[in-house]
Amino acid sequence: MSHSRPHLELSSVGMGFPVKGGTFTALEDVNLRVAEGEFISLIGHSGCGKSTVLNIIAGLMRATRGGCLLDGREVTEPGPERAVVFQNHSLMPWLSAFGNVELAVRQVFRRFMTRQQRRDWVIHNLELVHMGHAMDKRPDELSGGMRQRVGIARALAMQPKVLLMDEPFGALDALTRAHLQDSLMEIQRELNSTVIMITHDVDEAVLLSDRIVMMTNGPAATIGEVLDVPLARPRDRVGLADCAEYNRCRQSVLSFLYEKQQKVMSMPRKSGEAWGDPEGAPSASGAVNA
Amino acid sequence: MQQTAPVTRIADFMKQRMAGFNLQGAIRALSMPVLGVLVFLLLWQMAAQNVTTSLGSLPGPAGVWEQAGNLWADHLEEQRRAAEFIEMQKERNAQILERNPDAEVRIRPYSGKETFIDQILTSLGTVFSGFVLASLVAIPLGIVVGLNRYLYEAVNPVIQVFKPVSPLAWLPIVTLVVSATYTVDDPMVSRAFITSMVTVSLCSLWPTLVNTIMGVNAVSQDLRNVSQVLRLGFFTHVWRVVLPSAIPMIFTGLRLSLGIAWMVLIAAEMLAQSPGLGKFVWDEFQNGSSESLGRIMVAVIVIGLIGLVLDRGMLMLQRLLSWDRASATH
Repeated sequence: MSHSRPHLELSSVGMGFPVKGGTFTALEDVNLRVAEGEFISLIGHSGCGKSTVLNIIAGLMRATRGGCLLDGREVTEPGPERAVVFQNHSLMPWLSAFGNVELAVRQVFRRFMTRQQRRDWVIHNLELVHMGHAMDKRPDELSGGMRQRVGIARALAMQPKVLLMDEPFGALDALTRAHLQDSLMEIQRELNSTVIMITHDVDEAVLLSDRIVMMTNGPAATIGEVLDVPLARPRDRVGLADCAEYNRCRQSVLSFLYEKQQKVMSMPRKSGEAWGDPEGAPSASGAVNA
Repeated sequence: MQQTAPVTRIADFMKQRMAGFNLQGAIRALSMPVLGVLVFLLLWQMAAQNVTTSLGSLPGPAGVWEQAGNLWADHLEEQRRAAEFIEMQKERNAQILERNPDAEVRIRPYSGKETFIDQILTSLGTVFSGFVLASLVAIPLGIVVGLNRYLYEAVNPVIQVFKPVSPLAWLPIVTLVVSATYTVDDPMVSRAFITSMVTVSLCSLWPTLVNTIMGVNAVSQDLRNVSQVLRLGFFTHVWRVVLPSAIPMIFTGLRLSLGIAWMVLIAAEMLAQSPGLGKFVWDEFQNGSSESLGRIMVAVIVIGLIGLVLDRGMLMLQRLLSWDRASATH
């Protein structure tokens, strides 16, 4: 993977939230360069500002210091070239799977595609995530894993430059998660998309990523270490269980999280919720390596 | 769009309804309601005999049933007379034309007294006009106010003050305003009708307004984020995200509004003397014949039944049109 041309660049990003009697610094001096086609995982304890970083890249939040550049242009607002897969799927409950993807496709490609082309493109993307059979089902008729697939299809259908994923598989059971991880690897290999994914799962991070960005605990969280994952692709989760390199990477992330960045238990939960994610601490439970 | 056509949805709905039908279940489901009604009729009969008014004792169920029959017979009689009247004019016009082919002939409408059935239809017309007017104001206003927090904070106190106002308080103001502003030479609709309709609107728009605002406010942040990422324009955002999201709440408001509209209408018709069930009740009260009490009772029961049918109708409409079936229960 070439790291020469910065496709996406975060430079000295800081984020402060106004609180009673001053400013709460959630993020400080976050620097990251991501190459095209790279798969990056963000990992860290809850409340470390991973979601804030993702929201800043998405444009849903503005950094109070520094900024984010995509292909040399500053990110100032949300847009479909930085599609987001949300943690809880965020599908419109009144639209079918087809309708949800179509809403995005119509908005992004209404000037470039005919009605028939858009229709084909929606179906193509649903088939990519193996949801072609359930296009007419509404979210409440789909399982959690299927909804998340539709969410991914919707994001992919926007043909984003960067795909942002906020704990996409966090709410799923281990088997479904493994299944979707495999699908995601397959799709990413096919489309060579740039992906930034937040995860709590160490095995997931190692299995999927080219680099794992480990964040220190807040307040004033920043990037602690960046780990290269030099495993050849395509990766096979069963084969990797005995792979020395895989276990070294896994060990290295675990040691960062549980030795260097041991969670301070006395940290006030209230302020943590303001910018962090409500989930628990990162887990090392994968489908296979549990 | 890959949505099933409304027709098939109606068919599915009916099929679901029919599929669950079995005789034993139906008997069991009906037995308690029927028993309840019978006990009520019995108690009514017993109590009515012991209440004596200036117009005689209160009528029991049998007396009321008889009056219902009389009212229906009156209606048929009036219809017959109207037909006769028209027929007579036609005959006479034919005679005139025979003598002088150039003569101008016309048919005058029958202007007999309005029967009970006519009054019901008039009331339904008024309540629907008032309800539609209220909805046309409340839903768009609710969306606009719900979208803007500052506007909401500004409008909320006004809503809170006017929401609990009784129709009787509005009526004099509406009457005066309508008579001052509605001064057409050849009015298509009567002034009293306008007064009743506007009063119904003023009282019934609040639940729809409040629920629409709440529904628009409650659009989840996740869906708003999706809308932002897609860069939906303002109108697309409202049409494709906000409105569908708020539909269940809007329907809840509409149902409450229709219930209020029907209740308010009776009072408004009584006071405004606009034709309808309210006026029927008032006229019978003023009449003070021995049949009046029975007729008023018939009106009371009919008002109740129509209210029930209106509510069930709205519920059916909600089940057909709203994506959120869970919110459309009772």
